[in-house]
Amino acid sequence: MKLREVKEILDADVIVGQEKLDMEVKTAFGADMMSDVLAFAKAGSLLLTGLTNTQVIRIANVLDIAAIILVRGKKPQTEALALAKELQIPILITKYILFETAGRLYVKGIVGCLEQVEDHSAHN
Amino acid sequence: MVAWNKLKITVHTTKTENYLYTNSFDIEGGNFSKAGTIATGIKSILKELGLPNDVVRKSAIVCYEAEINVVSYARKGFINLTVTPKTVQIEITDEGPGIPDIELAMEQGYSTANQQIREMGFGAGMGLYNINCYSDKFDISSEVNKGTFLKIIINTPQCI
Repeated sequence: MKLREVKEILDADVIVGQEKLDMEVKTAFGADMMSDVLAFAKAGSLLLTGLTNTQVIRIANVLDIAAIILVRGKKPQTEALALAKELQIPILITKYILFETAGRLYVKGIVGCLEQVEDHSAHN
Repeated sequence: MVAWNKLKITVHTTKTENYLYTNSFDIEGGNFSKAGTIATGIKSILKELGLPNDVVRKSAIVCYEAEINVVSYARKGFINLTVTPKTVQIEITDEGPGIPDIELAMEQGYSTANQQIREMGFGAGMGLYNINCYSDKFDISSEVNKGTFLKIIINTPQCI
């Protein structure tokens, strides 16, 4: 699905990356814990989170995240917004809570970037 | 996949082995606003070297977690990065409080993080655990009130 459709499904505001709305996305990962994002989120996925600091942007950059969806109507901190603009990482803001955001995307065909973790070698 | 010999990289020779890249990066303890910048830079370097995506990803994750640890707990530290045709070697040395019980610190969920670290989205006791998971070889040693040393090796599929 295109990022444009993600925006429509979530009734989201695009605050960075208006020019990237034709980008294709298939998978997503949602968490507020950045270590889990580092461990599990995959390149090209959407990142659904309620964290709004520069760490989110840097981690999205390191993992080649397609776009960040800030849930619960959260707004990025000033530094984070500037960094996202600099690195050209799209940020969408939705008023839906994390659970609703994930559910609404899932029923439209976006799937998790992994289904389950494995016991020991989950990260590899 | 890009073959090493097609890359415009000078292969340096030391007495022991060939390396494609080596550098050292300083990490400032307590500077939370810069946390993650070294890992981000290292990721770009490895990508530019033409390493496979999963190797770049693993290395970036390891460096990110280690950098967060140094920023969060130590006074200062540095990352030594060495890329050879077969491995990415990452060494992190810090001057700080050290880890009294390494076995406990390696456990998933164990953390001594303060509120500031938790607000950043870290401090959930996943750092060393993640580093271990993503490394092909992981060594850790620590001395209380002196500091901590990590050595991580990530294997790269041979490209030559």
